[in-house]
Amino acid sequence: MATNKTYWKSIDQLDQDNSIVAKLEQNEFPEKLPQDFKKDDSKIEDSSSSRRDFLKYIGFSTAAATVAACEGPVIKSVPYVVQPEQIIPGVANFYATAIADGYDFASVLVKTREGRPIKIESNPDSPILGSANARVHASVLSMYDSLRLKSPKFNQSDIKWGSFMLQFKEKLRLFNSSKKPLVLLTQTFASPTTQELINKLIAKYSNIKHVVYDTISESYALDAYENIYGTRGLADYDFSKADTIISIDADILGDWQGGGYDVEYSNGRIPKKNNGKFKMSYHMQFESNMSLSGANADKRIPVTPVSLKNILAFIYGKLSNQPVNCKLEPNDKKAALLAIKKIKKSGHKAVLVSGIQETNAQELVLAINSLIKSDAFDITHPKLIRQGNSSEVNQLVKDLIKGDISGLITVGVNPVYNLSEGVKLGEAIKKLDFSAVFSLKMDETASVSQFVGALPHYLESWGDYEFKTDQFLLAQPTIHPLFDTRQFQSVLIDILDLEEDYYSFIKKYWTDNILSGTSFSKTLHDGYFTKSRSTKSAEMVNFQDMINKANFLCVDKEKGMSLILYSKTGMGDGQQANNPWLQEFPDPITRVSWDNYLTVSKSDAELIGLKNINVANGALNGSYATITMGDTKLTTPVLVQPGQAKGTVGLAFGYGKKIGLKNEMQSGVNAYLLYQNQNKVQQVSISPAEGYHEFACVQLHNTLMGRGDIVKETTLEIFNTKDKEYWNPVPRVSKNHIETKITSPEVDMWQGFDRSIGHHFNLSIDLNSCTGCGACVIACHAENNVPVVGKVEVRRSRDMHWLRIDRYYSSEESFDSDNDTKENISGLGALSTFKGMENASENPQVVFQPVMCQHCNHAPCETVCPVAATSHGRQGQNHMAYNRCIGTRYCANNCPYKVRRFNWFLYNKNDEFDYHMNNDLGRMVLNPDVVVRSRGVMEKCSFCIQKTQKTILDAKLEGREVKDGEFQTACSKACGNGSMVFGDINDKESEISKLKENERMYHLLESVGTKPNVMYQTKVRNIDKT
Amino acid sequence: MALPLKASILVFAMFSQFLFAQEPDPVLGKKLFNSNCAACHKVNKKAVGPALRGASTKYEKEWLYSWIKNSSAMIKSGDDQAVAIWEEYNKSAMTAFPQLSTDDIDNIIAYTDYIPPAPAVVASDSNQTTNSNLSSGIANEIILGALGFVFIMLIFMLISVRRTLLRIAIASGVDITPPSKPKRVPIWKAFAQNQFIVFVSVILLLLSSAYYAYGFLMQVGVDQGYMPVQPIHYSHKIHAGVNQIECKYCHSSARVSKHSGIPSLNVCMNCHQNIAEYNGEEDLDNGYTKEFYTKEIKKLYAAVGWDEENQVYTGNTEPVKWVRIHNLPDFVYFNHAQHVMVGEVKCQTCHGPVEEMEIMYQYSPLTMGWCINCHRKTNVKVENNEYYTKIHEELSKKYGVEKLTVAQMGGLECGKCHY
Repeated sequence: MATNKTYWKSIDQLDQDNSIVAKLEQNEFPEKLPQDFKKDDSKIEDSSSSRRDFLKYIGFSTAAATVAACEGPVIKSVPYVVQPEQIIPGVANFYATAIADGYDFASVLVKTREGRPIKIESNPDSPILGSANARVHASVLSMYDSLRLKSPKFNQSDIKWGSFMLQFKEKLRLFNSSKKPLVLLTQTFASPTTQELINKLIAKYSNIKHVVYDTISESYALDAYENIYGTRGLADYDFSKADTIISIDADILGDWQGGGYDVEYSNGRIPKKNNGKFKMSYHMQFESNMSLSGANADKRIPVTPVSLKNILAFIYGKLSNQPVNCKLEPNDKKAALLAIKKIKKSGHKAVLVSGIQETNAQELVLAINSLIKSDAFDITHPKLIRQGNSSEVNQLVKDLIKGDISGLITVGVNPVYNLSEGVKLGEAIKKLDFSAVFSLKMDETASVSQFVGALPHYLESWGDYEFKTDQFLLAQPTIHPLFDTRQFQSVLIDILDLEEDYYSFIKKYWTDNILSGTSFSKTLHDGYFTKSRSTKSAEMVNFQDMINKANFLCVDKEKGMSLILYSKTGMGDGQQANNPWLQEFPDPITRVSWDNYLTVSKSDAELIGLKNINVANGALNGSYATITMGDTKLTTPVLVQPGQAKGTVGLAFGYGKKIGLKNEMQSGVNAYLLYQNQNKVQQVSISPAEGYHEFACVQLHNTLMGRGDIVKETTLEIFNTKDKEYWNPVPRVSKNHIETKITSPEVDMWQGFDRSIGHHFNLSIDLNSCTGCGACVIACHAENNVPVVGKVEVRRSRDMHWLRIDRYYSSEESFDSDNDTKENISGLGALSTFKGMENASENPQVVFQPVMCQHCNHAPCETVCPVAATSHGRQGQNHMAYNRCIGTRYCANNCPYKVRRFNWFLYNKNDEFDYHMNNDLGRMVLNPDVVVRSRGVMEKCSFCIQKTQKTILDAKLEGREVKDGEFQTACSKACGNGSMVFGDINDKESEISKLKENERMYHLLESVGTKPNVMYQTKVRNIDKT
Repeated sequence: MALPLKASILVFAMFSQFLFAQEPDPVLGKKLFNSNCAACHKVNKKAVGPALRGASTKYEKEWLYSWIKNSSAMIKSGDDQAVAIWEEYNKSAMTAFPQLSTDDIDNIIAYTDYIPPAPAVVASDSNQTTNSNLSSGIANEIILGALGFVFIMLIFMLISVRRTLLRIAIASGVDITPPSKPKRVPIWKAFAQNQFIVFVSVILLLLSSAYYAYGFLMQVGVDQGYMPVQPIHYSHKIHAGVNQIECKYCHSSARVSKHSGIPSLNVCMNCHQNIAEYNGEEDLDNGYTKEFYTKEIKKLYAAVGWDEENQVYTGNTEPVKWVRIHNLPDFVYFNHAQHVMVGEVKCQTCHGPVEEMEIMYQYSPLTMGWCINCHRKTNVKVENNEYYTKIHEELSKKYGVEKLTVAQMGGLECGKCHY
């Protein structure tokens, strides 16, 4: 119906000439539409493309993509021309070799596929250091580091090895003829043939002096051992033989004296029946920083470095019945007396170790263990994996800076980064007549030196080692060198004009000097060789004047803050800082990844005014603090660390590297700047600094708040005397007002599936022997192609770890008292009590709990998936079909264990995530048996179904049944401690079946009724309440 | 070519049997040559050892007897000729054949020296046939042209007849406008006005297009019948069919690995070091002549770096870039060893009649439905495999069946193939 009425919008429309009205006539939106573009508004306005154009482009590209997608790509397959006999595409080969990078020493098995190493595994047969830690597991990725040196360099430009050697030899000759001093600064090789070659070199060029340098020094312990037993080595300890372990600042589960003690330690931590009673070792730890060892100890006493010395001296005095003049704080004294009581009670089954960096202290340790005739103490076959000499290194640095030395060759070390005088040293090296670096990477030292020799990775090299006297190992290459690299040993052979390669040199040396008739090939196959042990009696024992040395340790309390430098489980000394797996590996104690930080005790933090806050997006922020030590100032983020001794702060090595690292990896601050005289304890002052640091911390809730059903634990006393029902009750639920055990079918709303036929996989995790070392986390990464997401994404809780190790602190003295507090909560005070329970205690008990997909038989995730992408296999595995998943994330929301991980982005071949999966080299580490997940799908632990299927297939091919122990997951295989055991519970004789029947067994959140296939063994602490 | 040669030898042999009973027999000689000498010698061409044609003229008979029976002894004794030939052929001595009698050797020589009569008659015959073909081709064209001409003439005549008739009609005043019919609603309008029919037909249209769209989408990514051109024309028909080479001889990793593997070129050379030219049947329709196949063998030699002339590897290799035919997506795990060795599934079950394929193609759709159907139908091969003993006994009791299918063993679970 037409109308002639005119509707006026305003009075202005009456005026026909009003320009504004005319302008607005055809303009619907006089104001600019709000736009979501953050920046570059101007660009959008300038752009000539209209909205219609945009739609056209979208339409065209969608259509084009659809059409293109219908056409399959042509894939080429290129077989070998001559296929090597031992390589069959699709079948993995394993080789035994050894890592000895100067910090980590271990005998390992390398899994290779189609000739490329893809995973490192422990070599369980090796009698020494056969258990690979997290860094060793990750080292395979460091080989595929795209920033490695690809060819030798001279004056920072690439040259050929031929001319490199020509000029290098000429320099050596010139230096020798003019008798100028030349220093060869190397890592600890612990290699007989390398030592032989260096000896030959020095015999040829007498002007060369060899100095061994460990980036993190154990020089004092070496000096002590040398003073007393005559050889430069480290006493070895077998903690499985000790009933009482007293550690005074020795991180025996970390990198103390080269590490590798956790297998034996864990062995002694599992309660074993002996004369009708369960027994386990007692571990007491005196320390300042919260270390892995402290976290695992039965009793931990946080003390300052000064008190540590006093305590050691005091214990020695009491044990040797000689007077010492140490003044101990009352609490320290009480603890020290307890330690003495424990040592005396255990007698030769006790052991005392220390990490105090003072020769006197280390001599006292040797004296105490000799005095009590400790079984765990092995002095006849010292460890040789640390050889560095701090005083020589310090002297060398002084001489270099002064200009007394005009030539320096470094091998496998990076002193410009690793020494506190690094910057000055760098300047000095620049001025040298002759400087050469043999290195894997273009690092700080290499960038100031003339000659840079590109070294191959250990997986590309030959090698031989003597980790411990009479314990020999062979290393073999597992891949042809990726780049134009040459081993230092081969360079030496070239210099010495020996007419053989390094391999034949090793073979000859071993046949002549070591093997005494044993087959070289067999040794190479095994990876290790034990020389028949000559029972060398410790004749040269030279304990003199010990009581004076003890008294010398007694120092009065110093004022100010003590900084204790330590190495993190993931980063170690920082050699592998460009390894994204290790960067993203959350520290077992702090659960922070991608950073180092100053650990401060709560009371000190309050005193100085340092804070940690949880921000709205669920991430952790921390204030900055400035560390002042003499002229050196360093600003670091602060992490309030429960258990940190008052008056002390801690800072980890290995971060803050700038050269030879991708941008994302250049995290943290360089703690080596404070590592004066290679002493880990320094006096500093701390002051607050501006701003807040954004941490990528994966666990913000630090306490259990009395929820004892998550981590069950008890004491040895109760474990021995009370019924299982008392300390490990099965949860009950109410049905028709009758309390019924959750395991009863009465209260089950699911129809059970009969799994008694075929295999039924279960995983048991013993909380007693789990030290939280994290080797399993990295092994899982390597096996399952788990992507690295980077700091920003981790901060958004989008980390992809299939396996996490939760760490909980007690909010009171112990978890037990937490439980009591929670039980007794009533009335109005409840809220504030709960609030209080969120905070960890000043010196809390700590517990580690590895959590991965629990493979529930009654899985909540499976029922909510709208597309049946996750379903249950009869072998007990919860399957995840990635190609079926549409990414609703219902399953993750419905999972009580929060173990499902969502691919928020495409993490491979994506420049936004420039980690190993973004370059061809880094992708070589991917496991071809496991699919690389794409964006928008859920993923999670699969119980390594590719491995169980492989085991089954092998048995089928050979026509036999599967033997117990054959079924392994990546994590159970990596767990040298024996904490994780995997197997088939339908095999009644298997270890896992026995563990399932164990009284300590419980399931995580059992009351939910999910019937998981992962079980935990209740943690037993060796505490007597008296 | 092979047949007339054989026939002529036969004829020759029959004559020889009758006429010269003591004369060496080339037929027997061929047999002996094939079983004893062919591994290293060819009649006309150098192989591992020299070509044998003309050997009898080059060397004394007696010398040949002792050489064949024990060549290394002759080399040791320092016989000039022996040493010369030993040095010429990379100092590798010929296998001794003490089991051959002098008669046998004579027979072999008779075979190697035999020159078949030229097949002149056959050649002229084939020439004639081509000629007649040619002439008949020309005749056809002429006939076709004539027919076309007649047809055009007919059309022309018809048009002119009509025009003439029209003219006559107009001239004689006949009204030739057709009587007007009552106006009817055109059928399409009637259709459009009937809402029911429109409704039904739209639904039918939608359903059928959905059916075809579904069919189209379901074949996206399914490459059944994919038959790409390969860089070397490798005939499975000749290898697996005619020569009956067992599949796993070349695809050996199928026994132990998830991949069946494309054989590396050194596997080819196990046979082709001696087989330098193709002498089998030809398929002239498709252009697969002997020369064609021989050329493909030369491609292999070029790739593997085999110098045929000197019988040595040059080291100049060029790996062959085969076009992959069977592609499973990354998210599927398939294991050949499981199927071929444990399940004893024949290769042909999935790959089709490979022994008849001149060019390899994808026989099966390789879709998940195809896998699953087979898993549902196929029984697990449990005999003589201790792994299955216990589980089969228990499971078959549970399901109450004699034999278990793969599905009953858990072969339909997602995670078994997707991880």
